[in-house]
Amino acid sequence: MNDISTFVGPVIDWLAISPLLALLAGALVLLLVGSLTGQWPWRLYAHLAALSAVVAIFVSVRLWDDVDTNGARLLIGGALALDQFALLGTIAICLAIVLVSYLTSDYLHREGVDMPEIYALYLTAGIGALVMIASNDLVVLFLGLETLSLSLYLLAASNRQQVSSQEAGLKYFILGGFASAFFLYGVALVYGVTGSTRLINLNTALASFIPVPRNDAVLLIGIGMILIGFAFKVSLVPFQAWTPDVYQGAPTPTTAFMASVGKIAALVALVRVFVVAFPSRSDDWGAIILVLSALTLVVGSVVAVVQTNIKRMLAYSSISHAGFILVGLEAASHRASPNVDDGLIGVAVYVVLYAAMVVGTFGVVSVVTNDQANSDASGSTSLDSFKGLAKNQPMLGLAMTVLLLAQAGMPLTSGFVAKFGVIQAAVSVGSYELAVIAMVCAVIAAFVYLRIMVNMWLADRTDTATVVVPTLSRISIGVAVVITLVVGFLPSLVLNLGSNLAELASR
Amino acid sequence: MTAFSLEPTTSWYLVLSAILFGIGTLGVLVRRNPLVMFMCIELMLNAVNLSFVALARELNDINGQTIVFFVMVVAAAEVVVGLGIIVSIMRSRSTLTADDLAGLKG
Repeated sequence: MNDISTFVGPVIDWLAISPLLALLAGALVLLLVGSLTGQWPWRLYAHLAALSAVVAIFVSVRLWDDVDTNGARLLIGGALALDQFALLGTIAICLAIVLVSYLTSDYLHREGVDMPEIYALYLTAGIGALVMIASNDLVVLFLGLETLSLSLYLLAASNRQQVSSQEAGLKYFILGGFASAFFLYGVALVYGVTGSTRLINLNTALASFIPVPRNDAVLLIGIGMILIGFAFKVSLVPFQAWTPDVYQGAPTPTTAFMASVGKIAALVALVRVFVVAFPSRSDDWGAIILVLSALTLVVGSVVAVVQTNIKRMLAYSSISHAGFILVGLEAASHRASPNVDDGLIGVAVYVVLYAAMVVGTFGVVSVVTNDQANSDASGSTSLDSFKGLAKNQPMLGLAMTVLLLAQAGMPLTSGFVAKFGVIQAAVSVGSYELAVIAMVCAVIAAFVYLRIMVNMWLADRTDTATVVVPTLSRISIGVAVVITLVVGFLPSLVLNLGSNLAELASR
Repeated sequence: MTAFSLEPTTSWYLVLSAILFGIGTLGVLVRRNPLVMFMCIELMLNAVNLSFVALARELNDINGQTIVFFVMVVAAAEVVVGLGIIVSIMRSRSTLTADDLAGLKG
């Protein structure tokens, strides 16, 4: 038994977890000072939230160089990992927080309320996301997942005037809680078999594990339940049913946040858990990931075609993006191949580029459509509100076109670089069938994006009201478009990020 | 010859935990009242807690018992958020079942 007098706390490297601390400081100031003072002028809520995320990005870039010289390592007694895979995810998440905060500021001003709570929730969700992507312990991962999810439920339900927002929040909450329970039961079973929840201990325990049939069955059920929990969170088919409803009902900037931060965090954590903890069972989970990935790609692209609501359409498109990222994970399951790390690099690059694309796209939707008429099924977020947009607002139409082409994976946009990375990884390890499915689905999904573009450029405007693009939204969408184009023209910027990217701290 | 014994072993607790988890899962799937669905999720989480405690005892490892405290904190936070959302949605309508929440579909 442990004696209390011999207990020694873990050493904490405060500098290495400073991105977390930056977001935490921002959230605390917003909540504490925001509740003690009146309404802040000059959009200060959004600026403060963006500032703490920018500080986090800046520190992450410094830490990136640190990892380059000193190598990847574990923090806080092995609970968190500091490696470039996590840092790239951190940068993606903080970038999304900055862009979404500015979109939200304009959205709330149009609705007539500006409140600090939403921004504080973005930052707490961001903290959960950062813990998830760096976690090296299944229980720490669970805590990060819940910090993220609880904030997201509230964000989905944050529009109190609107029934659809409340409905989205409740649906998300019930299904999210259900998924968390599955995840936790999986952790319990894996703990029972191996006696640990540290990813690195799991790997060593399982590598030297003499497979007793009964224990191996329990282990595989545990891994399966962890996978089900993740599949709900990243909305893989057949666990995607909540996604379109929640994306449609939630306020549009919040939807942008869920589609970027929520998805990135869960996907990066999924990849880390399976690659670090369960490589010895990669034959088992690789096959399941292959099926999930193919199903997600096909359903995401095909069902998007028949949608008439722009937010549902983009929800299905985000489902198919998750399918693409899984192609990278599937590639990382071929341990015998020398190119197994291509999959990891593909995933890391995909999530960063995806963050900019998806926030930009939802940003345009947030500016063009109006959630208020949304309480019935179609409302003003129907595709019709995009009719003739390019004639009314040529620059906005152009920005949306670039972002949609990127989502479709056109060359000279960042979407092509992202999709090329994962498909090339799949080919290099020999999963040709998955690469073919992914490419066919990319073509089907392109039809969806072209349909929006045709509506923007060729149809006549039915809605006579002029679309106004507020300044902060303009900045936010502009940054997303610039990232999309710069990476598209200079793909070496992200492709040369270094081979250290695949060097996970705990492997 | 081993004598049949009714002394509870770890596997009893694990089976009980699996049964509780199953009841919770079934409840979320078949019940239509959001409040009851929510209670079923709590039941699932507590079933997992029972597993953790039983396994910690079996493995003679303190970590499994520590995890239970974290899970209880998370469950409490979930109650706060969940009841907040349910109360807020109840204000706009007097009765509520999950079937009423069908405004969003396509």
